[in-house]
Amino acid sequence: MTDSKYFTTTKKGEIFELKAELNSDKKEKKKEAVKKVIASMTVGKDVSALFPDVVNCMQTDNLELKKLVYLYLMNYAKSQPDMAIMAVNTFVKDCEDPNPLIRALAVRTMGCIRVDKITEYLCEPLRKCLKDEDPYVRKTAAVCVAKLHDINAQLVEDQGFLDTLKDLISDSNPMVVANAVAALSEIAESHPSSNLLDLNPQSINKLLTALNECTEWGQIFILDCLANYTPKDDREAQSICERVTPRLSHANSAVVLSAVKVLMKFMEMLSKDLDYYGTLLKKLAPPLVTLLSAEPELQYVALRNINLIVQKRPEILKHEMKVFFVKYNDPIYVKLEKLDIMIRLASQANIAQVLAELKEYATEVDVDFVRKAVRAIGRCAIKVEQSAERCVSTLLDLIQTKVNYVVQEAIVVIKDIFRKYPNKYESVIATLCENLDSLDEPEARAAMIWIVGEYAERIDNADELLESFLEGFHDESTQVQLQLLTGIVKLFLKKPTETQELVQQVLSLATQDSDNPDLRDRGYIYWRLLSTDPVAAKEVVLAEKPLISEETDLIEPTLLDELICYIGTLASVYHKPPMSGPPLTTSSVQMGAVDLLGGGLDSLMGDEPEGIGGTNFVAPPTAAVPASLGAPIGSGLSDLFDLTSGVGTLSGSYVAPKAVWLPAMKAKGLEISGTFTRQVGSISMDLQLTNKALQVMTDFAIQFNRNSFGLAPAAPLQVHAPLSPNQTVEISLPLSTVGSVMKMEPLNNLQVAVKNNIDVFYFSTLYPLHILFVEDGKMDRQMFLATWKDIPNENEAQFQIRDCPLNAEAVSSKLQSSNIFTVAKRNVEGQDMLYQSLKLTNGIWVLAELRIQPGNPSCTLSLKCRAPEVSQHVYQAYETILKN
Amino acid sequence: MIGGLFIYNHKGEVLISRVYRDDIGSQAADSAVFSSSGPFLGERLGANRRNAVDAFRVNVIHARQQVRSPVTNIARTSFFHVKRSNIWLAAVTKQNVNAAMVFEFLYKMCDVMAAYFGKISEENIKNNFVLIYELLDEILDFGYPQNSETGALKTFITQQGIKSQHQTKEEQSQITSQVTGQIGWRREGIKYRRNELFLDVLESVNLLMSPQGQVLSAHVSGRVVMKSYLSGMPECKFGMNDKIVIEKQGKGTADETSKSGKQSIAIDDCTFHQCVRLSKFDSERSISFIPPDGEFELMRYRTTKDIILPFRVIPLVREVGRTKLEVKVVIKSNFKPSLLAQKIEVRIPTPLNTSGVQVICMKGKAKYKASENAIVWKIKRMAGMKESQISAEIELLPTNDKKKWARPPISMNFEVPFAPSGLKVRYLKVFEPKLNYSDHDVIKWVRYIGRSGIYETRC
Repeated sequence: MTDSKYFTTTKKGEIFELKAELNSDKKEKKKEAVKKVIASMTVGKDVSALFPDVVNCMQTDNLELKKLVYLYLMNYAKSQPDMAIMAVNTFVKDCEDPNPLIRALAVRTMGCIRVDKITEYLCEPLRKCLKDEDPYVRKTAAVCVAKLHDINAQLVEDQGFLDTLKDLISDSNPMVVANAVAALSEIAESHPSSNLLDLNPQSINKLLTALNECTEWGQIFILDCLANYTPKDDREAQSICERVTPRLSHANSAVVLSAVKVLMKFMEMLSKDLDYYGTLLKKLAPPLVTLLSAEPELQYVALRNINLIVQKRPEILKHEMKVFFVKYNDPIYVKLEKLDIMIRLASQANIAQVLAELKEYATEVDVDFVRKAVRAIGRCAIKVEQSAERCVSTLLDLIQTKVNYVVQEAIVVIKDIFRKYPNKYESVIATLCENLDSLDEPEARAAMIWIVGEYAERIDNADELLESFLEGFHDESTQVQLQLLTGIVKLFLKKPTETQELVQQVLSLATQDSDNPDLRDRGYIYWRLLSTDPVAAKEVVLAEKPLISEETDLIEPTLLDELICYIGTLASVYHKPPMSGPPLTTSSVQMGAVDLLGGGLDSLMGDEPEGIGGTNFVAPPTAAVPASLGAPIGSGLSDLFDLTSGVGTLSGSYVAPKAVWLPAMKAKGLEISGTFTRQVGSISMDLQLTNKALQVMTDFAIQFNRNSFGLAPAAPLQVHAPLSPNQTVEISLPLSTVGSVMKMEPLNNLQVAVKNNIDVFYFSTLYPLHILFVEDGKMDRQMFLATWKDIPNENEAQFQIRDCPLNAEAVSSKLQSSNIFTVAKRNVEGQDMLYQSLKLTNGIWVLAELRIQPGNPSCTLSLKCRAPEVSQHVYQAYETILKN
Repeated sequence: MIGGLFIYNHKGEVLISRVYRDDIGSQAADSAVFSSSGPFLGERLGANRRNAVDAFRVNVIHARQQVRSPVTNIARTSFFHVKRSNIWLAAVTKQNVNAAMVFEFLYKMCDVMAAYFGKISEENIKNNFVLIYELLDEILDFGYPQNSETGALKTFITQQGIKSQHQTKEEQSQITSQVTGQIGWRREGIKYRRNELFLDVLESVNLLMSPQGQVLSAHVSGRVVMKSYLSGMPECKFGMNDKIVIEKQGKGTADETSKSGKQSIAIDDCTFHQCVRLSKFDSERSISFIPPDGEFELMRYRTTKDIILPFRVIPLVREVGRTKLEVKVVIKSNFKPSLLAQKIEVRIPTPLNTSGVQVICMKGKAKYKASENAIVWKIKRMAGMKESQISAEIELLPTNDKKKWARPPISMNFEVPFAPSGLKVRYLKVFEPKLNYSDHDVIKWVRYIGRSGIYETRC
């Protein structure tokens, strides 16, 4: 066997020669030729010209040759749909073959040929194969349904394949069950609301039985599917957990992680007092540790997941610190992840060991790793107060090494330590100042300047030090310039007599010679403050700063809970939830919507707690509690009456009357009016097309431009008959939110192109945001409270809704039908306060507080959201819903 | 699910490419548009798919930097890769797939290929590309992994092409029921004249020790590998000195408990081959299974308590001025004097600016290897409870480099004929009710091998 020879030919006229060989009478020669064709295809040569000749070889009883031809067909059928039809007969015949392997091969391959014309012929053979006597054929047919659904979803539904697939869940063969589950799960993903899997205690029982018997891969499909089920009570949750735990001993890490996912999720339902809860917690640790002896790539996946698990349930691994110690030969990606987890697990009990390790790491070779290790020491100081002193002395030792990047990292973290423990470790400032000259990174320079400015009164030559930076002011990065400005102003306020000249100099550099607006603005503010009211300046600039806490690096709780449901998957590796649809986005550059999700997603070490660059001259922000909530929120909210149980309507969101989007005079006689609706999870665009021209219109098609929420037609625009003059037709166009995303201005702008036989027309329209409010937008009350506090006050927006004479109940139910859910309600001094949540299709949560005064027709709406851009539009949605 | 799978050589040339999903790049749809001549034929074909293929080559294989993650996201497409010698296997997807599953599948794919044609090399892959496509067709359907047990696959896919032409109907249905069945790893009707089995307990002992001799971390990761040549569908039961089992059994007589308690070991965690009935292990902690034919890994386990550390390394490093280092390392063997350790190797790292080294050792051979920046000291054999020493003088070139030498740890390799965890096989019973051979007729062999994993002492 030396198939490698097929890879070698590259000469001209090759195609021609192959053609001759393919049409040869000799079987062996034919087979050789097909192999050459496949080899060329693999390396990327175009051999599509040989299509008819290759297909001619299909009629053979040589299975190897047949498989090769099939492989070719899968690759090229799409480019030659008409020719591909030639192959259909053979497929249909093969589906009847007495040999089950051939029947399965035929149905498997047919599903891979993505040509519409062929799929029609596929239905009958597929139907037979789904009921084949041989399990091998059935398991292949089950996957084929998913393939067909991917090509033509409607066809699958019309032909009733979904029901047959559901029946296969009760099949006697475990592999058929597993593949059916996999296929159904995939199909269900594209119909989020369809309840296709219809999980109930009976079907769950079937799955759990199959779990014990099927292949390792089948177990993964089943476990991943189980994770989507919500048990009806804690007893059911426990009994499922009991049957899933044996999987933790499986040799396949993916089985283990998927089992962990199910357990982590269902544990939420168990009472913490239960003995079983404790047992389960204990059972989770060993398999997680074992994952770390897998191959490095899997270790990486495991570590990313453990990072989430440790944040959700720190108690599971709190005694396992040692296994996360970095080994000298670990790949760098494993090292960096381990370091993250070490910091999360650091506590008073193990801090000595952790510090000894970190110090060791700080002498390694890889620059990124060393930097992260140094930062980790700083984080330990902030996290474990008792260790702060030891951390600081370790950092000082590291500074003595004089390794440039180590020194710089150390200075950056020491600044954080100063902010956490003011007036405690300032004795080290002298050592820091010695290293001033070696700092060449902006972050380290800025940190050092901050330290000098903050402690100017203790540093004799503070003015000299700061002045030395001033020489190259315009070559510095913005971060350093801003810090230098603030630092010198601080210095001036502390030692006004000697530094008059210096402050003049920096103010003029920042205002007159700079074209950076941030820098100029800050310069002018200081200048005016200093010239009008030095006392006020002192109060503002030298105000007490809020302490930083260690909590800043945690993943936001709602996101964390969501990610826990994705354990084992790519989302858990990226620490980002998948978008509501197949394309998983991670690069924020291309997708506006990802930016909206913003904060909280940053990696552990990357972000800066309370950036020293921007805000520290402003008075500390008021405590992060919505002012109107009053003081005792803790007890106040939990006493609240839960409104929402039992409320539920299926009527769908509010629908605005149709408006004219495209007047006839702009579109050669075609008038389009329309509106948007949302019903039980599906969005559609209801259109009314009127022909005001004198000729018949045909060939309608529609396309959307990229938009903020990825709205896109989920099906082609179907106008069945030609539209005669003066005729009007009503069409409902289903929309999906999985299209390309681009941030629009305004946010809810949608640009549409409609084509007909006459021309292409463009118009744009604004869609009401409430069509994007999803059905599961109700937030848990605890979560609501935590999230409300968590979102910074700058993101709060307040609006007045006038002329809305409804009472709280009416408002609440009206909003609920448009998927704005009332989480809690309470009455404060005669005013009704409604706390509401909603979620957009792209996963953005919006929290609202609605204040209604009896007798006063206007109410006040406060909105909080991580993406404040949407607030305005959410307010408009409130207006529309409440006033109609 | 997995959208496509590519195999590259070290230059980034595609050896195997199989696309399962359109989203990672539509097929060669547009290729017909291009005329089939001209020098850039290959480059033009099917622009989209080639994009995915090229993206990986450019961003990962040819990347200037060291690979920073085994999962790479390029233009909203995720690439999972593993590398075997200089061959890259990459799975590509645009969906939120089960990442652990993808890597497990890639490893499995390597195992399957190795079982069919040995080493995974460019030559072997090119020689077997038809076979690989056949295998891929079978083990990955629409991106969903299917049965990938080589035992089952070999019944109908062979290197001589597919064995199908002249099978009887029974044979065909036997194949399909095996591939999809509950015991997918073993076929019916296996017969041996001599029923025989081999058990290997293979352990790797890992240690990280501080210069002062304090154990920072130590664990044993072990594997029980079984090679079985048994007729029929034998039901096996495996027993070892697992503390939990022994304590359960020993409850009867207090005397026995204390006796056996000493010999039993605490297993932190274990995982099993898919043939083992996990629910039975979970409830009774008994290990029962019907084994695949031939060699397979029955279980893996991990222990951290009461580990016998076969060697102790005592380092002493002294910096004499700026241009000289004095190193003295003592190794002590810590096991029964009657046993012999083999293939002992101690690796003492040296600074990058080393100019010359002089070594004296009592036993074995030691050499300074400039290319590896280390002194490598090899001893063929060493009995238990012995001690040996090496001293070295390292001359350094003066440098301006401010950065201190990182002092990597001293590492050690060895092989010992016992299990450092203390694990003992107590029994392996074989029952085959349908055939007339009993447990006594089976010839059984047990062997223990302890090897060094990452066995390091900081200095």
